[in-house]
Amino acid sequence: MNLTLKIWRQEGPEAKGKMVTYKVSDISKDMSFLEMLDVLNEDLATKGERTVEFDHDCREGICGQCSLVINGQAHGHESHYTTCQTHMRSYKDGDVIFIEPFRAKSFPVIRDLKVDRSSMDKIIQAGGYISSFTGMAPEANSIPIHHEVAESAFDSAACIGCGACVATCKNSSAALFLSAKISHLAKLPQGKVERMERVVWMVNAHDDEGFGSCTNTGACAMVCPQEVDLLDITRMNYEYNRALATVRS
Amino acid sequence: MALNAKIPEGLLKDKWQNYLNKTNIVNPANRKKLDIIVVGAGLSGGGAAASLAELGYNVKVFFFQDSGRRSHSVAAQGGVNAAKNYKNDGDNVYRMFYDTIKGGDYRSREANVYRMAQVSVDLIDHMTAQGVPFGREYGGYLSNRSFGGVLVSRTFYARGQTGQQLLLATYQAMMKEIKRGTLTQYSRHEIQDIVVVDGKARGVIVRNLVTGEIERHSAHAVVLGTGGFGKIFYLSTLAMNSNGSATWRAHKKGAFFANPSWTQIHPTALPQAGEHQSKLTLMSESLRNDGRIWVPKKKDDPRPPGEIPAEDRDYYLERRYPAFGNLVPRDVASRAAKERMDAGYGVGPLKNAVYLDFKTAIEKLGVDTIRERYGNLFTMYKKITGIDAYKEPMKISPAAHFSMGGLWVDYELQTTIPGLYAVGEANFADHGANRLGANSLLQASVDGNFILPNTISNYLSNEIRTGKIPTDTPEFDEAEKAVKEQLQKILSIKGTMPVDQIHRRLGKIMFKEVAMSRNEKGLKWAIEEIRKLRKEFWTNVAVPGDDKGMNSELEKAGRLADYLEISELMAVDALDRKESCGAHFREEYQTEDGEAVRDDKNYMYSAAWEWLGGEKWKLHKEQLEFKEIEVKTRSYK
Repeated sequence: MNLTLKIWRQEGPEAKGKMVTYKVSDISKDMSFLEMLDVLNEDLATKGERTVEFDHDCREGICGQCSLVINGQAHGHESHYTTCQTHMRSYKDGDVIFIEPFRAKSFPVIRDLKVDRSSMDKIIQAGGYISSFTGMAPEANSIPIHHEVAESAFDSAACIGCGACVATCKNSSAALFLSAKISHLAKLPQGKVERMERVVWMVNAHDDEGFGSCTNTGACAMVCPQEVDLLDITRMNYEYNRALATVRS
Repeated sequence: MALNAKIPEGLLKDKWQNYLNKTNIVNPANRKKLDIIVVGAGLSGGGAAASLAELGYNVKVFFFQDSGRRSHSVAAQGGVNAAKNYKNDGDNVYRMFYDTIKGGDYRSREANVYRMAQVSVDLIDHMTAQGVPFGREYGGYLSNRSFGGVLVSRTFYARGQTGQQLLLATYQAMMKEIKRGTLTQYSRHEIQDIVVVDGKARGVIVRNLVTGEIERHSAHAVVLGTGGFGKIFYLSTLAMNSNGSATWRAHKKGAFFANPSWTQIHPTALPQAGEHQSKLTLMSESLRNDGRIWVPKKKDDPRPPGEIPAEDRDYYLERRYPAFGNLVPRDVASRAAKERMDAGYGVGPLKNAVYLDFKTAIEKLGVDTIRERYGNLFTMYKKITGIDAYKEPMKISPAAHFSMGGLWVDYELQTTIPGLYAVGEANFADHGANRLGANSLLQASVDGNFILPNTISNYLSNEIRTGKIPTDTPEFDEAEKAVKEQLQKILSIKGTMPVDQIHRRLGKIMFKEVAMSRNEKGLKWAIEEIRKLRKEFWTNVAVPGDDKGMNSELEKAGRLADYLEISELMAVDALDRKESCGAHFREEYQTEDGEAVRDDKNYMYSAAWEWLGGEKWKLHKEQLEFKEIEVKTRSYK
């Protein structure tokens, strides 16, 4: 296949960016999307031009480091895929592909397609953990957990922290990411002790980092690579209101 | 310099307790005067950073990813082992120790392995308390599955994302410590060198990957939890940016490198589909609990797998190893696959794969059970290949995976540079010549959380009067200067060969002659080829851009420069060891039916290599003693 790529290039956070057109040829159907970008970068490197910066690491959909908005959709056109899992078999010869960074106020561009997602670390730092120090733990089987509860906690815990939910949301809200961690820990008995402080601290941190509010359109859940459930946002709102009501009474 | 492993006195079962009874600890009030640098934020580095910060030390953690949650521990799928004996199937600490020593083909250190089995029990408690949603039985208690090389069920799991869940728990523990103010994280920072002052590790030189600035950081001790170097094969199960540079640069500063050639080739990865492929995705070993591996009995059988009847299938693992069947250890399974493919029975368009078939299990257990056990793996398989593995068998192939070799460490996990520690896959300690499945997450986690915090205090107790380590000293000046010169040198070449192209060529040399099967002629050829390729790198690599800001090509080039040296030592090490053991299979030393032949008389040692500069190394031998286990020929028949 021969393709035309329109890629966002931006020198640094303060610089003005623009779309630049590139051609790639001999792209095979079994390449992954990122391998197609590798081909472009090898071509640029051979010519001595600065290569396109994009984030990626595990290339198997679990580390959450890859990003990209491809033809207007976070992680490309397939629902619940990461960019690294997207393959070229769904493109055809002559296609024009637009490639942009994840865009959000809380994700400033570092260079080209790489963005700074440390705002998500800040949300977890605010309370997305259980305050158990190494050495404190009781025997693991002393706390039985219902099979379905453990499975449900896993569904929330599976979030890979990629930020596609933020890039997709018209308000740049991180509600799905935030609620996944709150739900994971609130569902488990180990996490219940701190559930009230946790939800308040984390929601406040989310707002402080400049993420927008959730208006329940659900676009985030359509792209989420781990299919985190929209109900987690409902659960977060319940936890949040419950915490405020409990503190006030 | 003679190697001293500092193994404590007493019976195996008492050694760790005897050590803890006698080791020096640091007064809580003095801990905040002590700085520790941790490199790497995965299960070993992140676990060490969080646990040391909890104790009250000043900890700085450096990693190249944008967040600690991305470290490659995240990709481990199947599980983590622990000798809990929840299954009442005869498991205990000794049996786990026995399985690990045997799995490693009697080439690991007895005392370390026994300790790992002992503390495995605490690790499951710890991770459960941190909120890891391990799989549960319907009564609410923890569930187990089996892994290769053992006859009990001791593997704890969180679906097929166990590594992710353990890593997130570790990451969250780090975030907790950042909030408490005891830990500072430096994301998108890559280590460039270790600074040694008066023979002790005293700091690091790092590059800020965002601004390109070179920074100096000092500490009373440095911990490397930087993982393995399997990416040296280019095509591997590792993340694209995983690298061996931290351990290699430590090696060139005086840390001995042990058993570098022992690389685990994982039997169940996805096969290569084309020249531009960058990654071989792993399919968890846990699939071998329910999946059966086979190839057609007839060469080039044109029928689709579903139409090949049982009598025309060769379930070669069940045939060759009736006792362990599909659950033989990884080295055995990979070699058996290679044997079938070399004989012309491989499947798929490039004849480079074998089938992993779930038909029998789905018939017996139902599709829902299989979905609950491995659902995410089947989904991942479909996303990458477009094939539904509930309906037709997966195609799998061996791929470079885990580095059993690494920095030589003593019982305290200290390298041959005082004050420099290595944890997790970065060290060589526990897996011998072959690692058992689900022992990797275990070793990384216990090294960081339970072992290092108790051993590093023995060293730091002598540092309470040292005071802050200055960074404006000749040692830091020199290290920084060398780092900057190397970066400039790479940028000044302006050749025509992109980094990845050279890396791919290195990978091909390594996979051909320094992987599953080795021989003297091939290894000597590999050394010559590596040297030629290294020369080509230093005269013709194409790295565009500058060092002033983000430059991925420059980062990759620095890592490849190190790979081009590590690779030679791997071949040198493989050449030195004239026996077959575990993952190290020398064609000259095998039985008539192709099984490995060990030479315990001459090679019962860990090979610790000292860098002498200029393609020269000196071999130091740590003789291995087995006092509480009978050394036998490893058999899974």
